[in-house]
Amino acid sequence: MLKLEARPQPSKLWSLASPVLALLVTVLIGVVLFVALDKDPVSGLQMFFWEPIRSAYALGELTVKATPLLLIALGLAVCFRSNVWNIGAEGQYVLGAIAASGVALLADKTTGSWIVVPIILAGILGGMFWAGITAWLRDRFNANEILVSLMLVYVAVQVLSYMVSGPWKDPQGYNFPQTKTFDLVTRIPRLFDGSRVSIGVFLALIGVIGTWIFLFRTRAGFAQQVGGLAPAAARYAGFSSRRALWVALLVSGGMAGLAGALEVAGPIGQLTSYVPAGYGFAAIIVAFVGRLHPVGMVFSALLMSMFYIGGELAQSRLGLPKSLTGVFQGLLLFTLLACDTLVNYRLKWKK
Amino acid sequence: MTSPRLHLAGITKSYPGVVANRDVSLTVMPGETHAVLGENGAGKSTLMKIIYGAVKPDAGTVVFNGRPVLIRNPQEARALGISMVFQHFSLFDTITVAENVWLGLSKRLSLAEVTHSIAAKASEYGLDIDPSRPVHTLSVGEMQRVEIIRALLTNPQLLILDEPTSVLTPQAVEKLFVVLKKLASEGCSILYISHKLHEIRELCNACTVLRAGQVTGVCNPAQETNASLSKMMIGAEPPLLTRRAPKVGVPVLQVQDLTLAREDQFGVDLDGITLEVRAGEVVGIAGVSGNGQKELLYALSGEDVRSSPGSIRIGEVDASRLHPGGRRKLGLHFVPEERLGRGAVPTLGLAHNLLLTRHEAISSPRFAGGWIKVRQLEAHAAHIIQRFNVKAGGPRAAARSLSGGNLQKFIVGREIDAQPTLFIVSQPTWGVDVGAAAQIRGEILALRDAGCAVLVVSEELDELFELSDRLHVIARGRLSPAVPIGDASVAKIGAWMSGLWHEEVQEHLASLAPTDLVGGQHA
Amino acid sequence: MESYALLIAATLNAGTVLALASLGLLINEKAGIVNLGAEGMMLCAAIAGFAAVVHTGSDVLGFAAGMGAGALLALIFGGLVIWLNTNQYATGLAVSLFGAGFSAFVGIGYVQEKIPARPSFAVPYLADIPLLGPALFRHHPLVYLTVVLALGLIWFLYRTRAGLVLRSVGESPESAHALGYPVRRIRLLAVVAGGALCGLAGAYLSIVYTPLWVEGMVAGKGWIALALTTFATWRPARVLLGAYLFGGVTMLQFHLQGIGVEVPSQFLTMLPYVSTIVVLALISRNPHWIRINMPTSIGKPFYPGS
Repeated sequence: MLKLEARPQPSKLWSLASPVLALLVTVLIGVVLFVALDKDPVSGLQMFFWEPIRSAYALGELTVKATPLLLIALGLAVCFRSNVWNIGAEGQYVLGAIAASGVALLADKTTGSWIVVPIILAGILGGMFWAGITAWLRDRFNANEILVSLMLVYVAVQVLSYMVSGPWKDPQGYNFPQTKTFDLVTRIPRLFDGSRVSIGVFLALIGVIGTWIFLFRTRAGFAQQVGGLAPAAARYAGFSSRRALWVALLVSGGMAGLAGALEVAGPIGQLTSYVPAGYGFAAIIVAFVGRLHPVGMVFSALLMSMFYIGGELAQSRLGLPKSLTGVFQGLLLFTLLACDTLVNYRLKWKK
Repeated sequence: MTSPRLHLAGITKSYPGVVANRDVSLTVMPGETHAVLGENGAGKSTLMKIIYGAVKPDAGTVVFNGRPVLIRNPQEARALGISMVFQHFSLFDTITVAENVWLGLSKRLSLAEVTHSIAAKASEYGLDIDPSRPVHTLSVGEMQRVEIIRALLTNPQLLILDEPTSVLTPQAVEKLFVVLKKLASEGCSILYISHKLHEIRELCNACTVLRAGQVTGVCNPAQETNASLSKMMIGAEPPLLTRRAPKVGVPVLQVQDLTLAREDQFGVDLDGITLEVRAGEVVGIAGVSGNGQKELLYALSGEDVRSSPGSIRIGEVDASRLHPGGRRKLGLHFVPEERLGRGAVPTLGLAHNLLLTRHEAISSPRFAGGWIKVRQLEAHAAHIIQRFNVKAGGPRAAARSLSGGNLQKFIVGREIDAQPTLFIVSQPTWGVDVGAAAQIRGEILALRDAGCAVLVVSEELDELFELSDRLHVIARGRLSPAVPIGDASVAKIGAWMSGLWHEEVQEHLASLAPTDLVGGQHA
Repeated sequence: MESYALLIAATLNAGTVLALASLGLLINEKAGIVNLGAEGMMLCAAIAGFAAVVHTGSDVLGFAAGMGAGALLALIFGGLVIWLNTNQYATGLAVSLFGAGFSAFVGIGYVQEKIPARPSFAVPYLADIPLLGPALFRHHPLVYLTVVLALGLIWFLYRTRAGLVLRSVGESPESAHALGYPVRRIRLLAVVAGGALCGLAGAYLSIVYTPLWVEGMVAGKGWIALALTTFATWRPARVLLGAYLFGGVTMLQFHLQGIGVEVPSQFLTMLPYVSTIVVLALISRNPHWIRINMPTSIGKPFYPGS
């Protein structure tokens, strides 16, 4: 029968091949699913893997969707590598959006375009603040950060609902839970005309480089990861686990908040109760599929947005439910975790 | 002529890269107390695992009570009447003694029956244990008694004990020997694995010596001397490392009345520890594990920063509250007992493991802790690998891919290469093969000759006698006064390990007949 | 007065969902496995149970379907975590994310569906006692079953050998393995049993508690159930009490709104989540407490070969 045998050293080959294998398995299951739903699997696959990349405009849309995912995932990678399990990025994203909206609402026709900077900063600070609550509770009370950050997601959604139904509600909005549309001057500048791609892409790419440098070339990044890999060794080396905790949460909170700010002052242009789109959770998958590596996550972020866009297209053109996206995303994570075994273990046929 | 209880012939077992047992034969008669002697890495554990059914041999036969058997797993071994007391206990802390023993026995008995049997067996053998106590409240010696009772309740014909005395004080060892002698007199055979010569000579009436996976001698230890046993075990007279007289300088480490409450509930409180280590000398601390060594080392290395100000000085500086990084800046370098997980990160390469304690490859430390110059780091690691003769797949090899001995050589090398003024090491050669152990001990002495102040904490008395200029004993969180190595004897140190270093007790002991002075190099 | 009786009744009702899920997670954690997939399992079970009732009209089949869904997801989770030694936290998350997506996907056709009106239950004689009757004795049988389950679990864990074995596996799988116990099989059994209970909780939610299906209707109760096992320090009786307490907090928001307290509804909706955070912080403050009660091997992988 098949047995698993430990490898002395993690396999570099499988580190790269595992996500690819996982994707293939997911696609296979997807084909089965399409057939079971009585739809043509080829057009199904087309919606997910061809349509989103076939034109410059499509690529633009892909980038728009991938940017927040990548930003959040970069922060989560730092967190997870430090063995801090921030599951509440969604809540930090929402708080970033709220904070950014707060600043955006202050703008009027006389404000200059410099307002974009404080909007972005507010988003970052909002996300950091929300993540900071989790950090404080873990630091001071030893409370499990998974549960706290998750609970804070639900709280954040309620805070959002309150703000857009109450103090910030658009008086001309027909009583919908939303703020007024932000002044044009607050919009995050676009890169090209005719596309919704914004400078957020630049920020994301800077984030990729910065995260890579931090994780692999700085002593602080090294200390952060040792805390996650071998806590006793971190203590022996003198690396502060408290600092690692705060850095991890503040960085990921800030990145999530930044993503929220970019969304709300970018494509959406106002604060509504629909802002929480699940990016905070999808980013977790992006982080894992990207092997918690900045470059890998660029690819997995693009992959995940293909799932999103594919899901929307499959709905409008093939009549498939949009929740298919969620199914595929979850499946991908499952298959990735299973395939990851091959990094540390060899399959052997033993009697 | 009675047939042997156990007869192994031609046992061979290989693992990738090493032959653990090569054509090993072993014969144990009924009622015999048979020692299996060998250094760490000689193949004793593998041989026992084969007998116990945890490992299958590549070749060879096992004959039990005259019948050839194939032991596929521990349950089959137990069914035959083979029972094992492990070095690392299989006990569950949160449940009681009786429940623990119950779990190790057949389902058919009820808890009440088992409790009764425990009490009966315990009184029969003089093993003092209360079945209703939760295991986490027991001392290590008491835990071992639970393991032994569990083994005894299976009415074994062959009892295997793996290094049972590493966790016992000399007094507890005596008690254990009483139990084992009684057991043997009832016809049970005992396999006693150890590398402690004086114990084997006292307890056992047969001995098989293993070296590098092969049998190098079969004898009756009562008729041998330590020297002859040593020769069979390591192939030569015990190496007398040439030791020059110490050229002692100023005190580098001064610990004054260090008193520290334990960090977690299973720990040991430190009580008034006072010691001094001067440049150019080696100070040793002997003691059975669990007496405060761990806590003392945490306080000295800076992993525990709760020491009261003034209690720890390195040079002129009060280091009591300094973190490890700060103490390294003062010249302290420390090799911990745990290698994988504390001294090194298992999944990282050797080069990156350097970063735990060395900063040479870091530039501009102000920015994010500093920039890592990877090429310089790898070159540095390669240099250490070469100088300390570490067998590894290069500077990028993952720490966990190295053997225990080689990883220890790397970690010791990493710290010695830093040219410390104060070098502290815990269990320097535990689990390390003979060659590497000799190398490490040689390096420690070289460090001392170069003027470094060295503190060695070890459970191996032989090692401490070899390395130390002065010796302390730690027992129950208290430290004995130092004794110059020339005035120390195993008997004295053994008595001190029970905490008995007060003068009156010493006088009393001295007036008793001196029966356990070990022959050979330490008189 | 009447309204207090109804409040208590509602509390017990709400608490039952949490208690069932949390007891299931407790069994998991006693064996040393943390299953973050509770939310996903409950969602899938909710839609499975609801759909079963829609198609067959039988509540019992609905509960069975829910338990089956939970057990199936738990089986996949267990296979990955126990045999392939995947990271328990990540895999549990995968279950939750997948469960959320899958349940939404499957549930599309059932959003507007209704199931036959719930029968009312009453314990004979006891249900007619003024105040206590409506408060305690007019519940769905599952409410009472949950109490019985909790008591049964206490007996199983602390008075039977099988329970002792389970606790030992959770404490030190290596030692249990050395003694010859099939650690992985025992853990899988615990995981599947726990999953079935989470499934039962989810089915109860969509069949009895609010008889409908809406995407995401579990609304975090799976996560609260996880928190519950921690601050009940892994003891079934405390889990039950904690569950009712939380049920009470959830009900409080409606009650306060009902008596006209002038607080924006969102802050009341926040109550259960904020209370969870507060209680978690208070309980976790004492590391010794946790250390004594927490099964030592929680979250750590087990390798039988070593």
